[in-house]
Amino acid sequence: MNKQSYVIAAFVENKSGVLMRVTSMFNRRGFNIDTLTVGETESPEYSRITLTFSGDQDDLHQLVTQLQKLYNVKKVEVISAEIGIRRELLLIKVKNSSETRGDLRDAVDVFKAKIVDYSAEAMCLEVTGDSTKIDNFIDNMKPFGIIEMCRTGIVALERGSESILSK
Amino acid sequence: MKLSGAEIVVETLIEQNVKTIFGYPGGTVLDIYDQLYKKSDRITHVLTAHEQGAAHAADGYARATGEIGVVLATSGPGATNLVTGIATAHLDSVPLLAITGNVANNLIGRDCFQEIDISGVTLPITKHNFIVHNVEDLADTIREAIKIAKSGRPGPVLVDIPKDIQLAKCEFSYKAPVTKDENECAPDEAVKEAARMIAESSRPYIYFGGGAVRAGAGALISELADKIDAVIGCSLMGLSELPTKLDRFLGMQGMHGHYASSKAMAKSDLIICIGVRFSDRSTGDAQKFSAGARKIHVDIDAAEIDKNVKVNLGVSCDISDFLRKLIDVVDYKRNPNWMNKVAKLREQEAEFKVENFLPEQAINVISDIVDDDTEIVTDVGQHQMWTAQFFDFKKKRTWISSGGLGTMGFGMGAAIGSSYGSGRRSVLVTGDGSFGMDLTELATAVTYNVPLTIVVMNNSVLGMVRQLQNLFYNKVYSNTTLDRKTDFVKLAEAFGAKGFRASNEEEFRNVFEEAYKLPGPAVIDLLIDKDELVLPMLKPGGTFDHLILDREDKA
Repeated sequence: MNKQSYVIAAFVENKSGVLMRVTSMFNRRGFNIDTLTVGETESPEYSRITLTFSGDQDDLHQLVTQLQKLYNVKKVEVISAEIGIRRELLLIKVKNSSETRGDLRDAVDVFKAKIVDYSAEAMCLEVTGDSTKIDNFIDNMKPFGIIEMCRTGIVALERGSESILSK
Repeated sequence: MKLSGAEIVVETLIEQNVKTIFGYPGGTVLDIYDQLYKKSDRITHVLTAHEQGAAHAADGYARATGEIGVVLATSGPGATNLVTGIATAHLDSVPLLAITGNVANNLIGRDCFQEIDISGVTLPITKHNFIVHNVEDLADTIREAIKIAKSGRPGPVLVDIPKDIQLAKCEFSYKAPVTKDENECAPDEAVKEAARMIAESSRPYIYFGGGAVRAGAGALISELADKIDAVIGCSLMGLSELPTKLDRFLGMQGMHGHYASSKAMAKSDLIICIGVRFSDRSTGDAQKFSAGARKIHVDIDAAEIDKNVKVNLGVSCDISDFLRKLIDVVDYKRNPNWMNKVAKLREQEAEFKVENFLPEQAINVISDIVDDDTEIVTDVGQHQMWTAQFFDFKKKRTWISSGGLGTMGFGMGAAIGSSYGSGRRSVLVTGDGSFGMDLTELATAVTYNVPLTIVVMNNSVLGMVRQLQNLFYNKVYSNTTLDRKTDFVKLAEAFGAKGFRASNEEEFRNVFEEAYKLPGPAVIDLLIDKDELVLPMLKPGGTFDHLILDREDKA
């Protein structure tokens, strides 16, 4: 069957060890997770895990039902590409020199990136967007010389007035 | 009233109708043991020889009764010794509560004496686990743990209680015993669809497993089979839910299942799967498993649907509710051709019967002599399969065996626990290999005078592995020849039990009759040939079209 990338949101209890329970299940069941982010939600007793993984429909069904079995997981939702807003943040440090400075600034403008740190030798840039945009931006930065970089992984919400819990 | 954490542990267990717990004391559970001593008129503690035995005993207790089994152990090695027992219960969906002590909260993480992160260790083999950080949460955590263990698909839950929590005091008031969460009802649409598929079928086969045992769905399965003219088979875990001699029941299918049962499953056009998880031991190659048949799968656990075998209709709901509704709506039908075909398969099966096969004779003797409600417990290996194949089950929940994990060393603990659970005699069929792993619990059986008859099928080899080496490893018997000099009769006597020996059917009948009547434990050393095979056999990863039927068959 066709492998594709899925984005899944899980509403979980904000307690120590919950992330370990989730990742332990992935490990035990052999799921390959591409990105995973955890953060606070509108209610302090809950956290939201957003993860992406590649697989087919059967893998997706298994992952969702296995997640739902975990005691601390309250709700699981697959965020579809059509109605999902997906964003990632990238911090990237690239080499800076008088010859490349202009080209770098052009790239920053086109990608609506921000220069967050600046020295004669290096620039640190911040850019947000969907994963394709981030990938493209990184490709553009390669010729300048990437010193180091860090991306957050995807966070996602669905469009409209509903929440994961109200659905 | 204000109670200490240790008192709360014991009072909460009593409140939740726990009558018997199994365990082993140690440094971090001393306070709980102090309370168990004081309240010993209200709750019984059974001291085993090893924590693993205690875990299996709690498991056996739960399997025999359907109630939760409770095991208590100290931190560190006490806790890690539970791991095999917890994993066994996890794989077979047994409701188990494991309580462990741990070092005080302010010492956690400092690698103290006997400190272990048992919550982390047991994470993948428990349904859920808890570390109690506040004494105020203790009683409710134990209640919630019991609820989780029993609800839905049952399983083991561990509660780790640091020592300072056992000493701290807080208000405690009794609450009612917890009730299980309600299972999902069967959706009408799915029931109708199942009835449609049955109407379209002409060769229906009902395949049930441990889920049907947990739900006690045997009578409904039999009723459905009668109405739609289906035959029935089960997995190893389903045994004893239906009487072996029931007309439509072909017995266990799978790797060492009955010929007619496995073949009928392969030839059916509709398999109605009730409370099963399509273990590889049941299906062989899951991709090719009964590829010609449509499949209906009903299980309480949604994650089991389409996990191992893709089905045409998967329903996750209460099994009994589904069966009741289905029996209501499904049309009465007869399938004479199918019944003829099955009758032929049964005739063929009868032809393979081996004469003078001592393991079969011994199991038949046990079937003849024991009371209908005697718990039949096994360890793991050839003796387990022979018992599964030949024992004549008459009553529900009389089969206790480690299916999923296949835990050698399960038997002694489980047999002791099952006897406590049922309040009756248990019979353990084990092998010399398995018994070597758990015979230390003979001390427990003798101390408590547990009514237990132990049959050791002694062939001086690790028979099941030897069989695999015989068939698939060119008879290179690497490390499966035991050839130990252990005298099990003398060993039994050294432990304070009665010992017997037998080497043929007649001798076995005589000694078993005598041993079964004894008030306490007895060991029968039954000498069998080392080259006996468990047949038929499905080659691991094979299909039911190619069963190994006799020792001349080439794998």
